[in-house]
Amino acid sequence: MPMPRTPRPLLQRALEVAGRAAGVLVVAAILGFLVLPAVVVALASVNDRAILSFPPQGLSWRWFVKALTYPDFQAGFSNGLIVTAWASSIALVIGAAFAFALDRYQFRMKGSIEMVLLSPLVIPHFTVGLGFLILAAQLGMARGFPVVVACHIVLVLPFVLRSVYVSLRNLDRRLELAAASLGAPPWRVLLTVTGPLLLPGLVSGWLFAAILSFNEFTASLFVTAQRTQTLPVAMYNYVREYADPSMAAVSVIYIVTTATLLVIANTFLGLGKVLNVEHAR
Amino acid sequence: MPAERAAASAANVVPLPPRPDIAVRLDGVSKRFGEVAALHEGSLAVHRGELMTLLGPSGCGKTTLLNLVAGFLPPDSGDIVIDGERVTAVPTHRREIGMMFQSYALFPHMTVAANVGYGLRMRGLAKREIAVQVADALALVKLTGLEDRRPRQLSGGQQQRVALARALVVRPKVLLLDEPFSALDKSLRASMQVELKEIQRKLGVTTIFVTHDQSEALSLSDRIAVMSEGRIRQCGTPEEVYRRPSDRFVASFVGDANVLHARLDRALGATATVALGAARVAVPAEALAGLAPGAPVDLFVRPEQMSVAGPAIPIATEGIVAAHVYQGGHVDLHVEVAEAAGGRVALRLAGCDAITRWPVGTRVAIAIGEPDAVAFPRGKA
Repeated sequence: MPMPRTPRPLLQRALEVAGRAAGVLVVAAILGFLVLPAVVVALASVNDRAILSFPPQGLSWRWFVKALTYPDFQAGFSNGLIVTAWASSIALVIGAAFAFALDRYQFRMKGSIEMVLLSPLVIPHFTVGLGFLILAAQLGMARGFPVVVACHIVLVLPFVLRSVYVSLRNLDRRLELAAASLGAPPWRVLLTVTGPLLLPGLVSGWLFAAILSFNEFTASLFVTAQRTQTLPVAMYNYVREYADPSMAAVSVIYIVTTATLLVIANTFLGLGKVLNVEHAR
Repeated sequence: MPAERAAASAANVVPLPPRPDIAVRLDGVSKRFGEVAALHEGSLAVHRGELMTLLGPSGCGKTTLLNLVAGFLPPDSGDIVIDGERVTAVPTHRREIGMMFQSYALFPHMTVAANVGYGLRMRGLAKREIAVQVADALALVKLTGLEDRRPRQLSGGQQQRVALARALVVRPKVLLLDEPFSALDKSLRASMQVELKEIQRKLGVTTIFVTHDQSEALSLSDRIAVMSEGRIRQCGTPEEVYRRPSDRFVASFVGDANVLHARLDRALGATATVALGAARVAVPAEALAGLAPGAPVDLFVRPEQMSVAGPAIPIATEGIVAAHVYQGGHVDLHVEVAEAAGGRVALRLAGCDAITRWPVGTRVAIAIGEPDAVAFPRGKA
């Protein structure tokens, strides 16, 4: 027997509509809150006046020109690139090697070694920076690039390790066995099967490491000198003395550059793959 | 490479009695995983061109045996010989095998053509030669035209054909198949089985096939090695394994069997007689050696060898019809019988008139056809 359709009470329907609207509002508020700082900074960067203020008064690109031509920012940018390139590449090699060992082999102290490798996640950055500063002074090393790079390697290693480890876990070992059964010696299995299938994991690990390293401030403040200061440190030094919108302009350049990099990575590799969202079949 | 390979062969090869008809041989091969003996003293000879099935429940050691032949695992003891060469210490990539995995293990980052040509590339063949052989292999498995697809763009059945072509194109000394049909649905499985058998016979490739499906094993194999708990229980043709199972495990695992409590009547030479009711059933005497007449035995009878007793036929037992299971071509009549180990026996009767002739609740007398019954001492493995 079909159920008789009774009209739902008006109050119930009103509550449903209100509830749905509230849901949409909350989601919108959260998303807005996430991008709010960037929006504020972007608006402040085109302010014509020589103070960091919001809302902007007048419109001008001159702070972008200043940001791009200011020697400390230029030096910081190229220093940052040097440190980032070395630190994330070396961390990738070390992290991939450890990830392989942890995934493929059983050995004593495995748990402890994994804990040590991931420990920079729980040690504050300023502790790492301070430690390297003391160590460098003790060893009589100048605060040159090697110290900065070493410090950054420690900080980004856990991320590279996790990324490669997850890709290795997702890799079907039977593919390697299949390659061996077809006559591939181990080094050719690595080059033709394991390597290509791990590539997204390696690229994503390197990309995360590079972004983290390029943005790193707290530890860098301790271990950089005038000659080696990275962009975030140069920005901090600048903002201590001046309060004009060129800071905001640098920030906008930062965001646009990183976003462009991610878009390129997405176009050529697929962001889902790079971020390990999609499982390799 | 060739020099190194020749040196390795020279060091490994132990002179063997020339047996050109044996393609793969295992001599007392054992493998333990911790405390568990995955394979215990396994010995097996696979003839050239033969399709040998390793049949058993999961955990019986059949996949371990296959992995040992492939070289994915080193044996703890014993020797493995492929094509007259001792390969126990030879790594997988120099064993010249072809392997098809349960999951197919196609390379997801390569096209169908690159997958199939992979083994030829590893053997250093020229590009043009590879293309020709890949085309031939794809034609063999009826996949011509799909060369440029990726594995994920193919159906399960097509993926399986690619995996088969990839394993066959290198002309392996032995083709290893690990439960290849378990991921396919029933109708596709049946047609792939027929096709595999045809291709295998056409190419004459020695094949070791692993399955837990006894009907698949019976229909495909030239010979079957039945395994359980790390041991090869019996090795023989499908007919031998089905009609003359060597122990209780084989009798109950391969095909359906009714187990009836009976008594040894007498043993004379190779044949013994088992008494059940008024019936006297001839069975092989070997498994009953040492038992005195009158000793309790378990009689294993296939459902199709039991029938409702007519006049003048000795009655083995009787019971009440409990259920009919209609199977299309035949009907299984389940009868409650006091002597049956499980309290019931099944009779497989052709046609479907059994349902009307002996409705549920009818008392029926049961006779046993003699040809293929076997008996084992009561309650011993």
